[in-house]
Amino acid sequence: MRGDEALWYDPEPGDWQRENVLRAAAACPVQAMRVEQAHFRDDSRVPAAAHGDADAFRRTGRIVIVGASLAGLKAAATLRHEGFTGSLTLIGDEPYEPYDRPPLSKQVLDGWVPAQRTALPVPGDLDARWRLGVAAAGLDLARKQVLLADGEEVGFDRLLIATGVRPRPWPDPAQAALDGVFVLDTRDDAARLQERLAAGPRRVLVIGGGFIGSETASVCRDLGLPVTVAERGPAPLVGALGRVIGAIAADMQRDHGVDLRCGVFAKALAGDSSGRLCSAELSDGSTLDADVAIVALGSLRNVEWLDGSGLAAGPWGVGCDSGSRAFTLDGMVTDDIFAAGDVARFPHPLYNYQFLALQHWGNAVAQAEIAAHNMISAQTDRWPHLAIPSFWSTQFDTEIKSVGVPSFADEVVITQGSAADRRFVAAYGHRGRVTAAVAFNQAKWLEFYQSLIERSAPFPPDFRGVDEPADRRPVPAGMPDQPIPGDQATVEVTGHNPGERRTALVRRRHRPGARLPQQRRDRHGPAQSL
Amino acid sequence: MAQPSLFDQVVDFGSRADPYPLYAELRRTPVSRADDGSYVVSTYQAIVALLHDPRVSSDRRHRADYAEDEDEFVPGLPPSFIGLDPPGHDRVRRLLTRHFGPPHDPGRITSMTAGMADIVADLIGHLAGRTCCDLIEDVTYPFPVTVICRLLGVPREDEPRFRVWADAIVSSIDPTTGDLAARKRRRLDAAADLASYFGELIDAGRDRPGNGMLAELVADDGPEGRLSRAELMSNASLLLIAGHETTVNLIANGMLTLLRHPQVLQRLRRQPALSARLVEELLRYEPPVQFLPNRTALDDIDIAGTIIPRGGQVTLVLAAGSRDPEHVPDPGRFDPDRPDNEHLGFGGGIHYCFGAPLARIEAQIALPELARRLENLRLAADPPPYRPNPLLRGPAQLPVRFDRVAPAPATRSRDQRITERHLHHV
Repeated sequence: MRGDEALWYDPEPGDWQRENVLRAAAACPVQAMRVEQAHFRDDSRVPAAAHGDADAFRRTGRIVIVGASLAGLKAAATLRHEGFTGSLTLIGDEPYEPYDRPPLSKQVLDGWVPAQRTALPVPGDLDARWRLGVAAAGLDLARKQVLLADGEEVGFDRLLIATGVRPRPWPDPAQAALDGVFVLDTRDDAARLQERLAAGPRRVLVIGGGFIGSETASVCRDLGLPVTVAERGPAPLVGALGRVIGAIAADMQRDHGVDLRCGVFAKALAGDSSGRLCSAELSDGSTLDADVAIVALGSLRNVEWLDGSGLAAGPWGVGCDSGSRAFTLDGMVTDDIFAAGDVARFPHPLYNYQFLALQHWGNAVAQAEIAAHNMISAQTDRWPHLAIPSFWSTQFDTEIKSVGVPSFADEVVITQGSAADRRFVAAYGHRGRVTAAVAFNQAKWLEFYQSLIERSAPFPPDFRGVDEPADRRPVPAGMPDQPIPGDQATVEVTGHNPGERRTALVRRRHRPGARLPQQRRDRHGPAQSL
Repeated sequence: MAQPSLFDQVVDFGSRADPYPLYAELRRTPVSRADDGSYVVSTYQAIVALLHDPRVSSDRRHRADYAEDEDEFVPGLPPSFIGLDPPGHDRVRRLLTRHFGPPHDPGRITSMTAGMADIVADLIGHLAGRTCCDLIEDVTYPFPVTVICRLLGVPREDEPRFRVWADAIVSSIDPTTGDLAARKRRRLDAAADLASYFGELIDAGRDRPGNGMLAELVADDGPEGRLSRAELMSNASLLLIAGHETTVNLIANGMLTLLRHPQVLQRLRRQPALSARLVEELLRYEPPVQFLPNRTALDDIDIAGTIIPRGGQVTLVLAAGSRDPEHVPDPGRFDPDRPDNEHLGFGGGIHYCFGAPLARIEAQIALPELARRLENLRLAADPPPYRPNPLLRGPAQLPVRFDRVAPAPATRSRDQRITERHLHHV
């Protein structure tokens, strides 16, 4: 791995490294490393004062977590850590123990770490019932049952929904089935793709220049593979970071030998007689020979199993309050249903109370902790999820880190460093206040910008500091129009008496010829959407 | 004359053995003034904020009282990277890191650990037959000096030469050793001598390349080029001094603390793996770098209810911040089991201690070995005599008594051998 904060990644260090691991965990300046045993020996966080019902629930309640990845596991660990001794069930559709996903597009893809060695540490005393390899198929709120795909029903007192997202598939199933067409979601996907890249394809086509697309393109270049990135927008990363910073990312890609084509999308994939991908037809009329295509068109939320449940769940995610309690379609908050991680949408006061849907590793961890805490706490002891969002990406020898919500911005200004050197900090502003900051290989300054975001400090930030760029005039950030998830939430309200009024979701098909939904991750939507 | 400010009382030699009650008083005013007008920051949150604040410069040339004609630096020598801001700081630090740690040189320190253990074992072995010693003269000074010489590729036998310059430079930071002009003169003289010593080493190395970081830096062929001869002289001087002065104090403060907490000392004898967390707690509880002076506000900074004006001098009292009860419960208790031990022992932000990985491992090796092999170890003086320096704080001598010296293990442990074998494969 390369970049300013490069670390060697070894998720399952052997015994011979035990001492090094313990040393590293002790040494981490922000104590961000958790060694499994260490975590659970830590008894400093005593449960909040007991409150009748909450206390009884803590001892004997039944909690079911649907989704056995980062958020689900983190919530389970937090429940036990905070003293929950009742029954705990984790349901996951993949057959594997929980594993970590960020390395799949980085260290796994370049062959540094085998895909099966990405397991997340499971606390030894988790004492959970695992139902792995079987998907949840339905939710009955009245009977408090989760229905599994194999027909089993699992009863709960409280439920956590942490089913995450999956990649948006290539729209044509026959083309998607061609040998050589990949998405990157699971460890199996990563293992297959890694194998194919290691075999030295003649050219890789990456469809979509978001973070997953850009990271995989970066790995391809590290492996010396010819790679083309087809990005529908004007630059890579434009949905998350805007056109201005996206342009810097575009230069970075080209400097590293990527054949980057912006304003272009793949229209069709073609195979040879034996069903192997051989070329792609692009929207500019050109044809590109490629034997591997990586479909990186953003993600879809795993909510189908909640159809008909009465929860505010749809393509836009599962709406919940800042304490992770899920909303019903009627806009009422539930007491016993919680949501966390990539699938959840929650209002954040700093962002005009808009509902944020964050697909960040750090958010999955932080929100799962909040949800778990609240699941076993009385009303007055509950916590709001007010963390400032942050994420990172490693690509093209560059560590990109972000705090705040860059897509919630109208202007951007480089406040430190040099875009030409790809070492800089950019601050983002929305109507005259700082809402985000993004650093390329300058991450150590971001704490300062986080404090500006927390205080809604004026934008552009006006200060004299180190490494000032010559030009500190803000420019339009160039954020693409955000898709409005609420557009898809057509509802009708029925009933006359207050006791009868109910909301139902009306599903309408897209009009023929209408523009396809945005082919990238939408970060947030307007406040009216639950 | 008015009573000196709290910070000036800290600096006063009379406070050296235990400055912590004064730090507690300092924290009541998170940003206070020293008698020279500088702004003294003492609470954890405020220090962390300023460590990451781009309005705070480490470059002395930004001081309000800095004059171009002032002899702040040795003529022809650039400041070392500790006294630079980005982008210059970042460039030098990147070039140095290429030969010190990941990603370019990930095995450097681990490849030295077996040798470090041997050095400590030998130094302790020399105490055989004795029942008292000065731990500093006999172990905690010679050990880090030998290690830094090996790392840089500096001849160990030159130690008597560079010790004189290093002592002069370190004592010149100490405000109790004379007025500003006299101290500056001594510092510049010694810095010039030390730098020209490195100039000789660099030139000799060009003809006959040796081992170590210095030789590699001279011949660096990285994508960003290499440091100039003058840059190398400044920065090698820094690495040599910072690479051992602080570690001497870390290990000495560590042994002193362990001897004051005999149960922990006993635990460490049985359980050497405790050393990883023990060293972190030492860095919090008795840090070898007590404060960071010489930072300058580039703009008015509103922090903890005070405005530090543009051009103001800032001192970050790391040792006070690491004992801030708002940050850490029961901060005056020495507790190697402390969870989530976030301390300021190595500073933070872009100037986070470059040598931290080396200092940690040296202390993690030396402390358990001293604890294990010196039987019935006890202090012969408490408090011990202190060095005058309030910033790089530590005992001048650490006289101890013990019953006997346990023999070194006949062979290195299996784990160590496995580790070494593996490292050769990496």
